[in-house]
Amino acid sequence: MLKIDNLHASVENKAILKGLDLAVGAGEVHAIMGPNGSGKSTLGHVLAGRPGYTVTAGSAQLLGQDLLTLDTEERAHLGLFLAYQYPVEIPGVSNMEFLKASVDAVREHRNEPALDSVSFMKQAREACKAVNLDQAFLKRGVNEGFSGGEKKRNELMQMMLLAPKLCIMDETDSGLDIDALQVVADGINAMRSPDRSFILVTHYQRLLNFIKPDRVHVLSGGRIVKSGDHSLALELEERGYAWLEDVA
Amino acid sequence: MSQEHIEHAIRKEYAAGFTTDIESDTLPPGLNEDTIRFISGRKNEPEWLLEWRLQAYRDWLQMAEPAWAHVNYPPVKFNEISYFSSPKAMKDRPQSLDEVDPQLIETYNKLGIPLHEQAALAGVAVDAVFDSVSVTTTFREKLWEAGVIFCSISEAVHDYPELIKKYLGSVVPRKDNFYAALNSAVFSDGSFVYIPKGVRCPMELSTYFRINEANTGQFERTLIVADEGSHVSYLEGCTAPMRDENQLHAAVVELVALDGAEIKYSTVQNWYPGDAEGKGGIYNFVTKRGVAHRDSKISWTQVETGSAITWKYPSCILRGDNSVGEFYSVALTNNAQQADTGTKMIHLGKNTRSTIISKGISAGKSSNAYRGLVRMSPRAEGARNYTQCDSLLIGDRCAAHTFPYIESRNPSAVIEHEATTSKVSDDQLYLCQQRGLDAEKAVSMIVNGFCKEVFRELPMEFAMEAGKLLEVSLEGSVG
Repeated sequence: MLKIDNLHASVENKAILKGLDLAVGAGEVHAIMGPNGSGKSTLGHVLAGRPGYTVTAGSAQLLGQDLLTLDTEERAHLGLFLAYQYPVEIPGVSNMEFLKASVDAVREHRNEPALDSVSFMKQAREACKAVNLDQAFLKRGVNEGFSGGEKKRNELMQMMLLAPKLCIMDETDSGLDIDALQVVADGINAMRSPDRSFILVTHYQRLLNFIKPDRVHVLSGGRIVKSGDHSLALELEERGYAWLEDVA
Repeated sequence: MSQEHIEHAIRKEYAAGFTTDIESDTLPPGLNEDTIRFISGRKNEPEWLLEWRLQAYRDWLQMAEPAWAHVNYPPVKFNEISYFSSPKAMKDRPQSLDEVDPQLIETYNKLGIPLHEQAALAGVAVDAVFDSVSVTTTFREKLWEAGVIFCSISEAVHDYPELIKKYLGSVVPRKDNFYAALNSAVFSDGSFVYIPKGVRCPMELSTYFRINEANTGQFERTLIVADEGSHVSYLEGCTAPMRDENQLHAAVVELVALDGAEIKYSTVQNWYPGDAEGKGGIYNFVTKRGVAHRDSKISWTQVETGSAITWKYPSCILRGDNSVGEFYSVALTNNAQQADTGTKMIHLGKNTRSTIISKGISAGKSSNAYRGLVRMSPRAEGARNYTQCDSLLIGDRCAAHTFPYIESRNPSAVIEHEATTSKVSDDQLYLCQQRGLDAEKAVSMIVNGFCKEVFRELPMEFAMEAGKLLEVSLEGSVG
């Protein structure tokens, strides 16, 4: 699914990723943990193609295609989805309108027929229900006046409708109460499938109690310094990151 | 000109940028009293109207071009403009669409104007103005049954002289301002609407304007009178062919809403804005004003995306008690366009209310100014105004300005003014692109969202057109 080799990237001339390697197989869930400033969010943005994030060396392939030469929207068409840590508001543009335009654009590039309004509405309502958002949210401006938790659930709803291949969740669990966390985890678990992979960027082990990862990686100083199974996350919770930085 | 010829003449950069080679009967450039006598004579106008025009011309000679607007352009050479042009084939006015020059119809079809069956299906009556002479008016008879008069102003001068005498210049006096005086002297044609007492106009009235002759200033004159308790919605849409020379357009629109009447006037203005460097394009200097009598309502909605320069302040004089004025505006400037637009709400009567919602969008290296006046007169007891004035910037080379003027001479009047300036943020674009939308589609969606409160006020078919128009007008503004 995703193959990253020796990835170096910088933001405003400051090197953040310094030789990152990562391979995520189809259907796998990988968790990426690590201390503040280690480059976790940067990884997601570099893969998604955020303007201002410059790759200085290395490669990244999604489904065998070179991601780094593609425009941001082309990566989305290919099946990459980034759930934002801080989703922005777009006043006046209704969630519905935004979602329909997104789904239309993605389907068009996949050579799938456009959804008619009735089918789309049906899917959108179902997605709302799945993330426990009232349908009234479809009519509101994108993230406009949403609470932190509502924004995160809105991200998840978009992800469900776009049906991506690779889902990168950037601290989706931060700022969620335990009930909302359960909803988000249920949503992600329901989306798991043999041809869809997940990268969960998180600070906290607790998310992984709800979503069982195949692999856990520790990112520190712009590189992956340790990988393991779920037990690594439990160990990190107990011991913190300091001992790993010594290893690195 | 053959069909292929017309096809060939269409330029991709500006879809409406083609001309039709109908032989015109055009006055040589220049302006003096003889010009005015010629225009008036061609129209067989009564003596009083010729005198009215001449007086306006004499007033105009004493006036100076206003310089206070936040726009820059070389001085207009009024003697290099031709003040009259009519398609020759139209000399003998056609009695029905079948008699209309097929080439004209072809031109209108190219512009997507629903003149034939389209008009019937859409339920819209069209008073199409090709340069200066009204060519054809549809649905006259149906309107006639309702007692509604909808015709060219030249016809109205002959057929309804009492109404014209009473109301022409009653809202925008001859010497109101430089351009209004010029218009009063040389106005070519335009529309006249009269809605009788208590009548609700059975359909939206729609006029399309088109400037066709090179160097021909177009001086439209529109007069709408809604008698007591009547209701009318009027749509005005504009487009013009591509020209290298700047073209002057100085229109006057007068609205009269008598007691309890309601007039809704909507404009989508899409004249040629000039090229990316600002060469060519229309100078749009328009005076639009309505007088609202007791318990009446006047609502202006405008979507302005065209013209090199826009100078336009659709205004309401709230003369009668409890009258209501509204102004909803989207003004978009791109490339080198300049706009100085807004409104005036003059509260004279008691408990008068006005609402101003203005959305300015600047892209490229354009300049966009909102200029609005809210005046509460000493006897405007309990009057209220709410103004919301938002600016959206795209890129970092454009400018947005807000010039609100507030004068209150009545302590019981309430005036609220809110203003915001925002940018289409990189983060918003990034979100849209991450969800699969290209940058231009994303910007157009964000801008449409910004304008939603105004688009809501437009009649349905116009709202669709307006959204598309923004998309076209914003092409090339990102990247």
